[in-house]
Amino acid sequence: MATTDSAADAVLPEDGAAGTDGIRFDGVVKRFGDNVVLRELDFSVAAGERVTLIGPSGSGKTTILRLLMTLEKVDDGVIWVDGRSLSHMRRGDRLVPADEKYLRRVRSDIGMVFQQFNLFPNMSVLRNVTEAPVHVLGLSKDEAVERARELLELVGLSDKADAHPGALSGGQQQRVAIARALAMRPKILLQDEVTSALDPELVAGVLDVLRDIANETDITMLCVTHEMGFARDVSNRVLMFDQGQIVEEGTPEKIFSEPENQRTQDFLHAVLDQH
Amino acid sequence: MSDVLSSYPLLLRGAWVTIQLTLYGSALALVMAFVFGLIATARSAWLRALGRIYVEFFRGTATLVLMYWFFYALPLVGARFAPMFAAVLALGLNVGAYGAEVVRGAVKAVPKAQYEATVALNMRPGQRLRRVLLPQAIALMLPPFGNLLIELMKGSAVVSLISIADLMLRAQQLRQSTGQTTAVFLVILVMYFVIAQVLQLFVRYLERRADIMLGRRPGRSARSPLDTRLGAAK
Ligand SMILES: Nc1ncnc2c1ncn2[C@@H]1O[C@H](COP(=O)(O)OP(=O)(O)O)[C@@H](O)[C@H]1O
Ligand SMILES: [Mg+2]
Repeated sequence: MATTDSAADAVLPEDGAAGTDGIRFDGVVKRFGDNVVLRELDFSVAAGERVTLIGPSGSGKTTILRLLMTLEKVDDGVIWVDGRSLSHMRRGDRLVPADEKYLRRVRSDIGMVFQQFNLFPNMSVLRNVTEAPVHVLGLSKDEAVERARELLELVGLSDKADAHPGALSGGQQQRVAIARALAMRPKILLQDEVTSALDPELVAGVLDVLRDIANETDITMLCVTHEMGFARDVSNRVLMFDQGQIVEEGTPEKIFSEPENQRTQDFLHAVLDQH
Repeated sequence: MSDVLSSYPLLLRGAWVTIQLTLYGSALALVMAFVFGLIATARSAWLRALGRIYVEFFRGTATLVLMYWFFYALPLVGARFAPMFAAVLALGLNVGAYGAEVVRGAVKAVPKAQYEATVALNMRPGQRLRRVLLPQAIALMLPPFGNLLIELMKGSAVVSLISIADLMLRAQQLRQSTGQTTAVFLVILVMYFVIAQVLQLFVRYLERRADIMLGRRPGRSARSPLDTRLGAAK
């Protein structure tokens, strides 16, 4: 690591390249009451890798992303992000539960795009994109606005900067949400079924934006999606989930063309029938 | 009736006192509502308990009794309050307790997804509240706050019982001096009503502002679709 200062880390994610080692789940268990959602889950995503999670509804895909975004806590096991645990921090030579300050440092590397966009309705499109860079990263207003305009151009919404989020279509809102996440310069971008809430004719626009980002950046991506064409185009690896465990993994070619596991085959048939 | 109307300076002075009580009382109520309402949403169980105690205590005590305490009982143990101060304290603390419930409910009513987006953008807890959750919550608070404001104004009539010369007390004096009970009460009925309408207009104005902020109606904060189209054509 070039630096351990959180602010510098967040502004200059590229600088940390030497120390990046992506995401690692180590025996992760997550329960909701009696419902064991993840059972001793192990997997890792290398820095810069694009990994797609597929699997039936309720298999725990969203939970994995929410754990990474620190919106949920693990019940057992450890999640490592760039060599730092999401649940514990070192104090002296003891490990203690992570506090908010520590979590904010870990989170500065991670961005998330939600299924339902979750734009802030009390701000214009532009301010949705500049708010956190100004107040969290400490960018000047001018810098943040300039960067936000570049990002809005990237997602094809330059003319909507002053619009209100509610005045946009779902597809446009989701593209703003992507710009908002990228404005924080994350090393890791989590995407939870980002096109599931969209009308079919709006899906392609959002996926095109994500393809561009995949082509033009080296951001680590962990995507949950039912868009198999998109998964095939952008991902290096596909993980098939069922009942909180990985039942099969491999390149998109292998998983989509010659899946070995029965449950993968059934799942892919079901998804393809729907489309 | 003409006796009553010719004494209007007296009634206007009374109305002014009522308005002052309403302004100071609601300012105190607003502060208490936010302090204890936000405390009630805190992570710490101790803070939450403190919020509950405030709400339960001051919601469960009549404004009049509270006012008598500040005006008659506490002076006996050495804490003396000016009548106006005792009245504002009683009104503000009582209405503030209802207001705290409004604040707590409104903050809780902002969709969880908004909170999650603030975490994903790595905002500090204070920033989450100030920049995202509160602006949306305040829009939800305005209608119930409007009701509380008018309740406070009407409820301020109890201050006449500790000899504060508000609209109510002036009316009583006028009734005794002119003997025209019906006329006097008709006039102050109208005056209370007019004050309430002005307060209501003020709250409506704030609600409109909040709607514009949230994009629920066109306003200056977001350009109209036509402007945007023209901008795009350039
Ligand atoms: N906050 C929660 N409380 C209780 N159960 C939950 C919660 N979140 C998810 N679950 C349960 O966890 C399981 C996995 O959910 P999820 O991760 O959303 O699956 P997926 O995204 O693969 O559809 C489901 O059985 C779901 O009901
Ligand atoms: Mg899901």
